[in-house]
Amino acid sequence: MLVVRRLGTALPSVAGVIVVTFLLTRALPGDPAVYFAGIAATQEAVEQIRHQMGFDRSLPAQFLDYLGQLAHGDLGTSLTTGQPVLSELLTRLPASAELGLTALCLSVAIAVPLGVAAATRPGSLVDHACRIITTAGVSLPTFFTGLLLVYLFYYLAGWAPAPLGRLDVFSTAPPRWSGFYLIDSLVAHDLDAFRASLAQLILPVATLAIFSLAPLARITRAAMLAALGSEFVRTARASGLPRRRIVFVYAFRNAVLPVITTLGIVCSFLIGGSVLVEKVFAWPGIGSYAVEAMIASDYASVQGFVLMMALLYVLLNLCIDIVYGLVDPRVRLEA
Amino acid sequence: MKRRDFLKLTTATAAGGLTGAHIRPSRAQSRKDTLLIVSENGPNNLDVMGVGTNLQGSEASWNTYDRLMTYGVKKDANGNDHYDSDKFQPELAESWDLGDMSVTFKLRKDAKFHDGAAVTAKDVKWSLDRAVTVGGVPTFQMAAGSMQKPEQFVVVDDHTFRIDFLRKDRLTLPDLAVPTIGIFNSGLAKQHATDKDPWAMEWLKNNEAGSGAYQIEKWTPGQELVYRRFDEWKSGSLPKIQRVIWRMVPSPSNRRALIERGDADVSFDLPPKDVSELAEEKKLKVVGTPIDNCIVYIDMNVKTPPFDKLKVRQAIAYAIPYQKIMDAAMFGRGVPMFGGPAEVSAPVWPQPTPYVTDLAKAKQLLAEAGLADGFETTLSFDLGIAVTNEPICVLVQESLAQIGIKVALSKIPGANWRAELAKKTLPMVVNLFGGWLLTPEYFFFWNYHGQNSLFNTMSYQNPAMDKLINAARFEEDPQKYKEEIEGFISLAFADVPRIPLFDPFLDVAMQNNVTGYQYWFHRRLDYRPLAKT
Repeated sequence: MLVVRRLGTALPSVAGVIVVTFLLTRALPGDPAVYFAGIAATQEAVEQIRHQMGFDRSLPAQFLDYLGQLAHGDLGTSLTTGQPVLSELLTRLPASAELGLTALCLSVAIAVPLGVAAATRPGSLVDHACRIITTAGVSLPTFFTGLLLVYLFYYLAGWAPAPLGRLDVFSTAPPRWSGFYLIDSLVAHDLDAFRASLAQLILPVATLAIFSLAPLARITRAAMLAALGSEFVRTARASGLPRRRIVFVYAFRNAVLPVITTLGIVCSFLIGGSVLVEKVFAWPGIGSYAVEAMIASDYASVQGFVLMMALLYVLLNLCIDIVYGLVDPRVRLEA
Repeated sequence: MKRRDFLKLTTATAAGGLTGAHIRPSRAQSRKDTLLIVSENGPNNLDVMGVGTNLQGSEASWNTYDRLMTYGVKKDANGNDHYDSDKFQPELAESWDLGDMSVTFKLRKDAKFHDGAAVTAKDVKWSLDRAVTVGGVPTFQMAAGSMQKPEQFVVVDDHTFRIDFLRKDRLTLPDLAVPTIGIFNSGLAKQHATDKDPWAMEWLKNNEAGSGAYQIEKWTPGQELVYRRFDEWKSGSLPKIQRVIWRMVPSPSNRRALIERGDADVSFDLPPKDVSELAEEKKLKVVGTPIDNCIVYIDMNVKTPPFDKLKVRQAIAYAIPYQKIMDAAMFGRGVPMFGGPAEVSAPVWPQPTPYVTDLAKAKQLLAEAGLADGFETTLSFDLGIAVTNEPICVLVQESLAQIGIKVALSKIPGANWRAELAKKTLPMVVNLFGGWLLTPEYFFFWNYHGQNSLFNTMSYQNPAMDKLINAARFEEDPQKYKEEIEGFISLAFADVPRIPLFDPFLDVAMQNNVTGYQYWFHRRLDYRPLAKT
């Protein structure tokens, strides 16, 4: 029931996104017809291309066209790569998702224990370490961390493979099953490909994890501090419950809600917003695709990207709501 | 997969991953026959006649398609291989016979397309018909060589093909050797043509139908292009490299790291600073060739006051910090186009202007123009090539401030750049123009002619200039031709609506074991002569 109701409330936002992206892409500076007509184009050539692209028609007519195409699942054709936008996004999404989700797992694995440890021993060495790591994490721009890691581990030490995207040049991609190379290579029993793709993942994942563990660790620490200072924890302590039980069952379970919210935000950022990291590591993800499309005023690709991201956000929020319900019975009761 | 197997597998690989981050690929056996190229961008279309095909698309086409003929190769001043615009060499045509108003080609009888079909005169006609019909760049390129109508292209027999001239044009033959005019497999293309798309533009965008030395094995737009050698290629000696992998690496520092570490064989589009450092270190082979018929310049819009005054334009030309630009923005990766002789004495382009940095003279000229207190203006540049444009503009800004001119810098995104140029309202711009065809009048026709094309950013219209350019285009008397060219160059320097700065280098960095690099006018890589020793 909750799921259906939540989906219902998401519909207006999706409709809004469709209208706004359509209008915003039309408001982008730059004239795609001039851009694609080439260096030596005459005025007639530009007009001809404008006509071919349908940009000489009125905005409402273009919008109706666009809606009609959407209804058929057609997101149009990218002008920069010449390929259908939908298929490009679908081939690129797993690349971003594999990178983002791996980074998310890594940063959760580090940030949550770190935050809990910092909160249970305020003012200790762990607490200071947590503060330093989070401050460094948010203040170092990802492209800088990425380039630094490449310089140290590839250029100087030679440990990491060349930053050439998802696979080194001489490996072949495993047959597509999920689009995640780590999973696909295991499905295909191709250990070489698994190792190669894992090796390619290490540096970009580390870059993203360093950036994303900061908000997670901070929120974990803050929420844990609040929970540990609350009355029910005091009562639990007074009742002589073991410390371990107090921290992990009573305090942590209550502190986990804001952490999940932050996790949702960080996750969507990691999938869609890791543009700079994708650029540095020549990662064929959707972030770098969207930026290139934006630079070329490539309407169809930008619209497709924003629409897909909006749908992803809606899905992600839905998942978070469901997890909320599992963690916190109050949410279920209110519903 | 059984659960137990899966667990074993995952623990084994996780252990493998953890024990060493040094899991570097060790598949070196195919390295010698494989060339790995890295550059910033790749092709957006495999069809060189397509709508909006970029320069990288020309590289793909150049290596996968053949043309009727090609240019020869000579040594340049630095001993590097350089295409020779004065010499034609057979490619698909074995020989040709240049008549008064037509040229007849004898086609190679053993040439085959990648699918095994023989190359015939029908294919040549289909391809040239396509170029003059589809509109856009290819049609314009054909018109530059006075090829405008399908009726000009005649199939005599299977292996004989004739082009009838509309008029005598010295660019007709050179035009047949540019990437735009590759020969398509018409039989294959027609299978994919539709009523709406008679020239198979859609299919050829993603598929190649050529007879060139390489065929495309795999193309992932924006990521990678992999070629395989076509072993039955007959239009030249068989290339040494069997496989070419072209990867797109957007970050310039990583392109540099890749080539320095020896992982990439050839790196294109490196910023001048990196190139000059690599060249100094001498660990790699770095070849920089001044781009033919190309300059980077500053334009002043003569329709916008105060640039309508000649003295103001001259003052600016004397206030440009030329040498600083060469040193601090270009790191020496260009040929200076300033400080030349006072009189134009050779019919060559580009050549240095007589201007040098002389702030006292600039101030005096500005005072004579009635603007002793200076003025305010805007200098615009293309953010797409901000690596060199931005430092150039900052240096110009600093220098002009010393003669009282306040310059605001305006950064225009790449997609917007041409549209802004087309409006002709920008008072000052930094830009670049390079012509594929070498003649000075070709450059001037696009840049200084009163037809006011997109590249005449200065909106310069002068009947005397137009007369000289028009005359030179179809001149047959060599002496007169020389005078006309020197005439329009002198006029361009005297009126100075445009201030040439330098002729940039086309820089390529490669491993020492890569041999056979040739500079081509299309500024992209020809894989065929390359080898790894």
